[in-house]
Amino acid sequence: MSQSSKYLKIFAFIYLIFLYAPALLLPIFSFNSSQIIAFPLTGFSTHWFKTLFYQETLHEALKNSLIIAVASSCLGTILGVFAARATTRYDFSGKQITLTFILAPLVLPEIIVGVALLIVLMQMGLSLNLWSVVLGHTLLITPFSILIMNSAFNNLDISLEEASLDLGETQFGTFQRVILPLVFPGIIASLLIGFTLSLDEFIIAFFLTGTETTLPVYIWSMLRFPKQLPTTMALGTVLLVVSLVLLSLSEYFRRRTAKSNASVE
Amino acid sequence: MTSDSKKGWRLLSVPLVFSILLLAAPLTMMVLLSFWTQDYLVLDKTFTIKNYIEAFTQPVYQLLFSRSLTISLTVTFFTVLLAYPMAYFISFHGGDRKALWLFLITIPFWTSYLLRMFLWKVILGYNGVLNSFLLWLELITEPLTFILYNLNAVIIALTHGWAPFAILPIFVSLEKIDRSLLEASRDLGDGPFHQFFRVILPLSIPGVVGAALIIFIPTVGDYITPKLVGGTEGLMIANMIQVQFSKANNAPLAAALSVSSLMIVAFISIVFVLVNRRYLRKF
Repeated sequence: MSQSSKYLKIFAFIYLIFLYAPALLLPIFSFNSSQIIAFPLTGFSTHWFKTLFYQETLHEALKNSLIIAVASSCLGTILGVFAARATTRYDFSGKQITLTFILAPLVLPEIIVGVALLIVLMQMGLSLNLWSVVLGHTLLITPFSILIMNSAFNNLDISLEEASLDLGETQFGTFQRVILPLVFPGIIASLLIGFTLSLDEFIIAFFLTGTETTLPVYIWSMLRFPKQLPTTMALGTVLLVVSLVLLSLSEYFRRRTAKSNASVE
Repeated sequence: MTSDSKKGWRLLSVPLVFSILLLAAPLTMMVLLSFWTQDYLVLDKTFTIKNYIEAFTQPVYQLLFSRSLTISLTVTFFTVLLAYPMAYFISFHGGDRKALWLFLITIPFWTSYLLRMFLWKVILGYNGVLNSFLLWLELITEPLTFILYNLNAVIIALTHGWAPFAILPIFVSLEKIDRSLLEASRDLGDGPFHQFFRVILPLSIPGVVGAALIIFIPTVGDYITPKLVGGTEGLMIANMIQVQFSKANNAPLAAALSVSSLMIVAFISIVFVLVNRRYLRKF
């Protein structure tokens, strides 16, 4: 057994190197002074990070992406709260199949979702803008939010709700003053995950954005220009750090839901 | 209707209406459009299966369908094959560092998907990281050329890109296995080999099936990876759908290609689940 566990450990480390290879190259090349993305490295430089400040199209794309990410993570979380509350609190027929349908974007190829949305918007004669991307991203974020909120609501003790109703609170008052505070960390976790997903989503934004670009669409266009590559690497490094901070926060809040509910029990 | 189901439906109707408007309606519209034809900008709404005949008989589409399936089935196979021992290692030998291992695995995947796929081009290229490394080790005398701008490159990049989606479900199903079953099998005389193939593997099949579907279904429609590292011989059906939509101005054909790939994927997934139903039923 110890022999096989040793081999497994060696495999795990080699596999980990494979998993980290591209992500490690990103900061390496963004701090490399050469304009060519290749080894050997030429020297340390923060020049490419400084150039980020002078790219006006980048700033525009960043602003658009932030608007989209904030709007769609809020909408997705609201829808997620509704769905998760309905399915964890009440038992009714048709619940499972409805939920499966709402969760479908988790596995549907994004190109299909993008094409289908584009067809509808074109047929209705609507113009493409940031809001069409918001709708598409909300569709993608809602399932993730449902999964997070499901576990938050599942940890909830139903007797607290009954106690509040017995003490004369209205349904709405109970939701607002008892349930919501208890699942609040879950809501924050869902907002952060949704924000991160939206910020990195390319295909749907590529199909549904009109003349306004989002950050990934901007990166996509930059990848065609060899001269812009080091700057793009620097941008990628910044985005990686931002994602990691947001996800660590989200994980912290997700654990707090579990903990605070456990302490109530 | 009981009051519970009334309250439940009232809440669930909000996300349901949203999904009907933004998912069911667009998909229905896509199916409708696939039975129409378009001549430059004029849409002809007479019902015809012409687009489907084209999608299934034209060699170029046949090639793209079969290539997309080959790629995503290969990717699914290798990702699950590599992920299983990793998940097994974490679950059975992770000790109290399980959470740390899982965290370590997910970190690299929060790099932008676009840039990750682009960096594979940097790794696999003629003067790329891998070739320079192998040359430096003197393992090869000339740079390898079969690893970029073809199927292999797409397969390598996707096998990397989807790894956590295989590791996590398999890990969860391994964690669910009651450890006393392992003791029982050991007491009854099973060696490690028998124990794995007769107890652990069958019980973890739900995770494997889940992982396979989560990877297989979306990768068939991947657009970015073939475009960045696939060259011309690595292009997939999603690239054609996009071309038909934009440059070729043939939205009905694009819709027919989309619907066809969805049908093919659904068919294979259902067969796959049915083949494994023996293992899935217990859960």
